[in-house]
Amino acid sequence: MTAGLDPLRLTAREARRLLTDGELAASELTKTYLDQIERVEDRVHAFIQVTADNAAKYATEIDQEAGATRGALAGLPTAIKDNMVTEGVTTTCGSRILGNYQPVYTATAVRRIWGDHIVMLGKANMDEFAMGSSTENSAFGPTHNPWDLSTVPGGSSGGSAAAVAAGEALWALGSDTGGSVRQPAALCGVVGMKPTYGAVSRYGLIAFASSLDQIGPLTRTVYDCALLLRRIAGHDPCDSTSVALPGEIELPGAERLEGLRFGIPTEYVARGIEPGVMARFEKTLTLIEELGGTCVEISLPHTDYALPAYYIIAPAEASANLARFDGVRYGFRAAGADDLTEMYEATRGEGFGAEVKRRIMIGTYALSSGYYQAYYGQAQRVRTLVRRDFDTAFAQVDLIVSPTSPTVAFGLGTRTADPLAMYQSDICTIPVNLAGLPAISIPCGLAGHLPVGFQLMGPAFSENRLLSAAHALEGAIGFTAVPTFCDSRDAADAPGGSCGRPDREAVER
Amino acid sequence: MSAWEPVIGLEVHVELDTATKMFCGCPVTKGDPPNTHTCPVCLAHPGALPVVNERAIEYAARIALALGCEVRPRSIFHRKNYFYPDLPKAYQISQYDEPLAVAGSFDYWVGDEKLSCRINRVHMEEDAAKLIHAGGEAGRIAGSEYSMVDFNRGGTPLIEIVGEPDIPSPEAAREFLQQLRDLVIGLGVSECNMEEGQIRWDANISVRPAGSDRLGTRTELKNMNSFRFLQQALESEVPRQVAVLEAGGAIEQETLHFDPETGVTTPLRSKEEAHDYRYFPEPDLVPVTADAAWIERVRQSLPELPAARVERFTSQYGLSRYDAAVLGGGAALAGFYEELVAQGIEPKLAANWVMGEYSAHLHSAGLEPGHGHVTAARLAALLRLVAAGEVSGTAAKQAFALMVEERAEPLDVVARHDLGQVSDTGELAAVVAAVLAAHPAQVEQFRAGKEQVAGFFVGQVMKVTQGKANPQLAAELVRAALRGGDAAPTDAGAPA
Amino acid sequence: MIDHDDVRHVARLARLRLAPAEAERMTAELAKILDHIDKIGELDLAAVEPTAHVLAVSDVLRPDKPLPCLSRDDALRNAPAVSGDCFRVPRIQS
Repeated sequence: MTAGLDPLRLTAREARRLLTDGELAASELTKTYLDQIERVEDRVHAFIQVTADNAAKYATEIDQEAGATRGALAGLPTAIKDNMVTEGVTTTCGSRILGNYQPVYTATAVRRIWGDHIVMLGKANMDEFAMGSSTENSAFGPTHNPWDLSTVPGGSSGGSAAAVAAGEALWALGSDTGGSVRQPAALCGVVGMKPTYGAVSRYGLIAFASSLDQIGPLTRTVYDCALLLRRIAGHDPCDSTSVALPGEIELPGAERLEGLRFGIPTEYVARGIEPGVMARFEKTLTLIEELGGTCVEISLPHTDYALPAYYIIAPAEASANLARFDGVRYGFRAAGADDLTEMYEATRGEGFGAEVKRRIMIGTYALSSGYYQAYYGQAQRVRTLVRRDFDTAFAQVDLIVSPTSPTVAFGLGTRTADPLAMYQSDICTIPVNLAGLPAISIPCGLAGHLPVGFQLMGPAFSENRLLSAAHALEGAIGFTAVPTFCDSRDAADAPGGSCGRPDREAVER
Repeated sequence: MSAWEPVIGLEVHVELDTATKMFCGCPVTKGDPPNTHTCPVCLAHPGALPVVNERAIEYAARIALALGCEVRPRSIFHRKNYFYPDLPKAYQISQYDEPLAVAGSFDYWVGDEKLSCRINRVHMEEDAAKLIHAGGEAGRIAGSEYSMVDFNRGGTPLIEIVGEPDIPSPEAAREFLQQLRDLVIGLGVSECNMEEGQIRWDANISVRPAGSDRLGTRTELKNMNSFRFLQQALESEVPRQVAVLEAGGAIEQETLHFDPETGVTTPLRSKEEAHDYRYFPEPDLVPVTADAAWIERVRQSLPELPAARVERFTSQYGLSRYDAAVLGGGAALAGFYEELVAQGIEPKLAANWVMGEYSAHLHSAGLEPGHGHVTAARLAALLRLVAAGEVSGTAAKQAFALMVEERAEPLDVVARHDLGQVSDTGELAAVVAAVLAAHPAQVEQFRAGKEQVAGFFVGQVMKVTQGKANPQLAAELVRAALRGGDAAPTDAGAPA
Repeated sequence: MIDHDDVRHVARLARLRLAPAEAERMTAELAKILDHIDKIGELDLAAVEPTAHVLAVSDVLRPDKPLPCLSRDDALRNAPAVSGDCFRVPRIQS
């Protein structure tokens, strides 16, 4: 069956089956996505760079490989956030300061899936240096949310999320420091997961905040998320902070939630959650109980301090991580500087965008002489308390849930004037980054015409528990809506056919 | 000057001789073409991460234990942030308030006196890259047009040893450094090659009224690349500070540069402000632990330390404290000396020669002990001749020099250059007799009481034998002959 | 709170050139952000250990064995300015 592939609805699970069964050629699959990119990318702008020729060529090579020698993810078209270095392919991190940077090595997580023969479609757009919640901080222009092009896709992995939502990629890799995979996943109606800190190697992930960053999948389904995660997770000798997971990542299959206790933190739902989001969230809680789960109110008392602590720790670490961008060994160097200091200042002044500069300034200030204890020292103590809150809660419940984002996608340009307003987007996602815990966001419905995300958080290394519960819940939610402008199903030139129908019958709730 | 006393503290950096860098697998090499031993980590490419070199920790612990430090059960790395082209990450991974080791001490000798300097800490960090300045005078920064960076050296493991300000004089500072260097070399963790900058130091110096225990304001001296310069710089700075204080002024806390040509210390163009390093714990690395069992294992692996060896030399070889310190202070020289003695050379004779001719030779040839043509075996062969009286002391020195120059064996040199001395009693007695016979007037003078005339005869014996007579034996035989009246040595042909 | 001098000082520490209008705006923005961040000062945390590492892991070490290096060409590939085999930087005014 070669016609009728629907890039908006096809899952990696199904695509893999089609490829393995010989029903589909890798080159056809890749062409489907490249065609979709051609169709919608001018309006979505999910990519900084589309590596179309290489992708097509590589897919053809895969078709020539015998099945037995093909990698575990052979032929699956993938978008990679542009903060993971890819040898031979320009990697910009969404910044002018790396606009021409040619990596001399490849990030471990990417190398692993390249080894599995995935087809890289291109490098996805992002907020510069992963700093932002809307992808408006990209030096290469913002990404538009496919659900409503006048709104943001979220950030900083906005390009990755939008690509998956718009059918421009089967799935994608993003990175999450304070919510940068989960929040865009929520705003774009896709699945996004941040694993336990240390589960996925950071080697080759351009560092934002070293103690918070993790690479995570953005996918159409929870099953796909597990499929991708199990390939990128695992100890890496090149990353001293990476650890081996206690067991394999299992592909989820559960349909019920019997025996699981779900904690709802009062502090998360007490604050600024939009009514539409709240409605979908509460509806999902009802589904949990229908599936046999128990919902329990819990308290994470130090939640209010998590955001300010994050906005000290992350910028502080970032201020040091970004100091290497000095125009000496790679990247942009300002012209016309007379001496070294002038070169440094001009290069970094011109090369970095406003948000990056703001965060470097805050970080430098927080670490500077006389301020360390009050800011960085204090924030590290708050971090201990946030972690303790979770540890205490997880003695009572198995998973903790919340809305992923307090709002649905907001209008482009509506929060750029007020950094603090932008920071509020992450209040529900930041705490697990501080605590190093895993969390996943799944679409739980629409509020108006925009998607809402439901977040599940688990104890350290509880990926399997999270994926299993999320999968069961996903089934009950039955979210099958797609961004209409991207959907070619009803358009004149759209191929008909049954290929790519989702695994379960669509039931709009 | 006796009203004031200097207070000196040294901070020493040692590059380790590990195979690879501190945080990446690039080889540690010398003299290779620029930028041929780098990787994303030591070039600080985006996304690169450090991983700690296991051997560097062991070597650091060796140094710490040899200095009597307490190795802390847990230590972490910190980032030390500043911008400079030889620092690719714009931070150095170092250690701050949780270093590898603290609270040790180092005993060292100045002449006969044993001094002790407390060691504040021993910690691990990475070395910067190499900067070359172009267009200025003699490759200096001042007046340069641009600079070039070679990252081969960047990331080499560096150990920082911080001494307390317990050093009482410039001379002591020099001894401290020299002996510390010997200690580190003896541990096998670094060659401490000075030309290659494998050992570097900064000195902090202040003065105070003699006998006081308050510390004055100190200045910092940087970039002295020899022990001699260190001593000179300190000897120049001490009186400068005294003069300022005696005139009622105050010492500025500043960094000084010593110019060996002029002998003057001048303030370095001070940076706009003192560095704010903004230390914070390195998030890319996890803590390093050291349990008692591991520490003990490292301690067992330490070679004999200088202090213990010097003690042993005084008792085992009957050497004076001074000689023991000179010979036993450094592992290499001590090893050479002991090999010499093991070859049968009497300890005192061996001591004189090692401290004398041999050390002078090492110095002028720029060799480390045990290297070069003069092996312990060769020197022993020469000294055996001396002990047997077959070569005089003076001739032996000549033989030594020729041996070096010709890269020949000592016996061969002595033979070819006819450096042997005559120690055959019979042969010499005949000469003595002949000499006495040839100078009857002087014999009479001796008999008349002018005893020192004996020397004249010895001189004549030396002349006749062209200097090859064993002088002691000649003197002995002359005296015997003279005292024996006309009882000449029993030889045929001697006149009555 | 944070003033223009602070901003100038911090920008210098971070080697960031800010245009005057930028510095002006930055001062106001940073003041607002710091105001919010100051909230953590409300807590008395003297008895709480700081979390420097969220993982309970220690002693991650690498054997002292050489690994492949970059070729010199790769090392210099991205260099904005080169002099012979070295990276070139403008004069370091001391």
